[in-house]
Amino acid sequence: MSPIVAARGLVKEFQAGRERTLRAVNDVTFEITAGETLGLVGESGSGKSTTGRMLIGLIPVTAGEVTLFGQSVTGPGGAERLAAVRHRMQFVFQDPNGSLNPRMRVRDAIAEPLDIKGGLSRAERTERVAELLDMVGLPAASADRYPHEFSGGQRQRIGIARALALRPEFIVCDEPVSALDVSMQAQIVNLLLDLQERFGLGYLFIAHDLAVVRSMSRTVAVMYAGSIVEIASRAALYAAPQHPYTQALLDVVPRPDPDRVRKPALAGEVPSMLNRPAGCAFAMRCPRAEARCRSETPVLREIATGHRAACHLV
Amino acid sequence: MTTPLLAVRDLTVQFRTDAGWLTAVENVGFELGAQETLGIVGESGSGKSVTALSLLGLHAASTTRLPTGSIDYAGQNLLKLPERAMRRIRGGEIAMIFQDPMSSLNPVLTVADQISETVMLHQGLDRAAARKRAVGLLDMVRIADAAHRVDAYPHQLSGGMRQRVMIAIAIACRPKLLIADEPTTALDVTIQAQILDLLRELQAELGMSVILISHDLGVIAEFARRVMVMYAGRVVEAAPSRALFRQPMHPYTSGLLAAIPPLDHDVTRLSTIAGSIPDPARRIPGCRFSPRCAEVEAACRETAPDLVTVGAGHLARCPPRLHRMAAP
Repeated sequence: MSPIVAARGLVKEFQAGRERTLRAVNDVTFEITAGETLGLVGESGSGKSTTGRMLIGLIPVTAGEVTLFGQSVTGPGGAERLAAVRHRMQFVFQDPNGSLNPRMRVRDAIAEPLDIKGGLSRAERTERVAELLDMVGLPAASADRYPHEFSGGQRQRIGIARALALRPEFIVCDEPVSALDVSMQAQIVNLLLDLQERFGLGYLFIAHDLAVVRSMSRTVAVMYAGSIVEIASRAALYAAPQHPYTQALLDVVPRPDPDRVRKPALAGEVPSMLNRPAGCAFAMRCPRAEARCRSETPVLREIATGHRAACHLV
Repeated sequence: MTTPLLAVRDLTVQFRTDAGWLTAVENVGFELGAQETLGIVGESGSGKSVTALSLLGLHAASTTRLPTGSIDYAGQNLLKLPERAMRRIRGGEIAMIFQDPMSSLNPVLTVADQISETVMLHQGLDRAAARKRAVGLLDMVRIADAAHRVDAYPHQLSGGMRQRVMIAIAIACRPKLLIADEPTTALDVTIQAQILDLLRELQAELGMSVILISHDLGVIAEFARRVMVMYAGRVVEAAPSRALFRQPMHPYTSGLLAAIPPLDHDVTRLSTIAGSIPDPARRIPGCRFSPRCAEVEAACRETAPDLVTVGAGHLARCPPRLHRMAAP
């Protein structure tokens, strides 16, 4: 099946002062097939959110190519081609408070994308809002209320209803459950899975929690310091993680088991993107690093069918 | 247990709101021995942080009714202590660290200034001695190059470093009790692991008791020996860690545990708790969890259940479940 979304060699650089550039995303390549989810995992500064924003044209790429529904939307003429497919994609944010206008009734927040597109009668609009509320499991009466009257989990449902308004085929979900309480997280994960099944949605699911990502994704990519360090099917990544960073990330996920003895924490912190170290960006924290890791940058290469890792040691 | 370091009994805290008095914490009680670790777990509005702030008398008098009940610490009831005496205990014998070190650190003071403030106030050190102590404390929280970092401003440090500075300030006076309120929630997972390791090491070095407050049952399981689960202002379950995780005796605890996404196997859907976290302003009759409970019985909606003993050191506020389990 051909992918609906593809990123090839994506690079994002930000200007940091007059002379310096900060490379937030470095040569990122992946594909997402219709109806499937790519989980993008990483810590702060890994470049995962920037990647998601570039993918649907919220911020321009510095280099590389984005293909959406078979159309290249980067390079010359890309803006027009992006405009033509924009309504087929949506974004769900981490913080539903920040993305909902507090003075707008839920009805109008959900209908805003419809209003911008135009062409619906008043009755059709009302009907569509009711339909969307039902899809995300909110009572029809919610339409007349304001965002502050809802809990965090309910507000995220409103954000999802709004994202669904124009019947998108692809949604970037940027940490959609990170700000929610545990009992709300599971509900929203299930809702996203239900909607995917029902409408054949493709997702880029961005998160820092490997357990949440496992429940959502078919393929998982792990980012560190702007680069994908490992990408594999869910089954392969969790059963046989190859990159030392992926292994370390899996080790530190807190588990509800008082008898589990966690390995000692990984030392150090993510390097500053301004002073990108020579060689592998993870070498300074890597328990297995060798001399060449500090001089030679490892490339992402296939180590088994569909399983790629960027590490000299695998 | 011999005389506990801390014994909280029937603690009730009410806030003034536009809609009248709101009970944020109701009849909370627990004990904590020397060098023990208690985990308090709960979601938004559970009252876990309000409980912690009460231990230090940190509620604003204008919006809070004087908490009732008692907080016995080293032979005195902290709720009855005059503010002057409380100030000696706060930051001295009982110290606290918060989720967001950026909002607890003063952005215009260097690390040295902020640590000095505490040790000059509580230990009467002069400026030079305080600075030396600050460097020593940064060493203790494993900040490399402490002699230089001591002159940094908070914005020059990473989130993990800032939390280490907060911990340095908290342990400056060798507290007997450290309260850590979501200390790793704002941090990345690899840094979270570092901070938990550090807290564990410092607890052993200094012989402190620790109360760790978290929404994350994984963090609680890793750190606490005893766990108290709160929901809507009440304790719903309290038990030794192993008992709580192996055999939860309250439907809310069971539901929370089941809702954690598994890391070691695939599922098609996650287990959920129905409904939403209740609005604290809304009074729920009977058991506060009853509107969301999968095991609810008619009586649950009418009478508030008591916290009953269900095992060794194990309390749960769900008599129906106990009865069902006891039935053949």
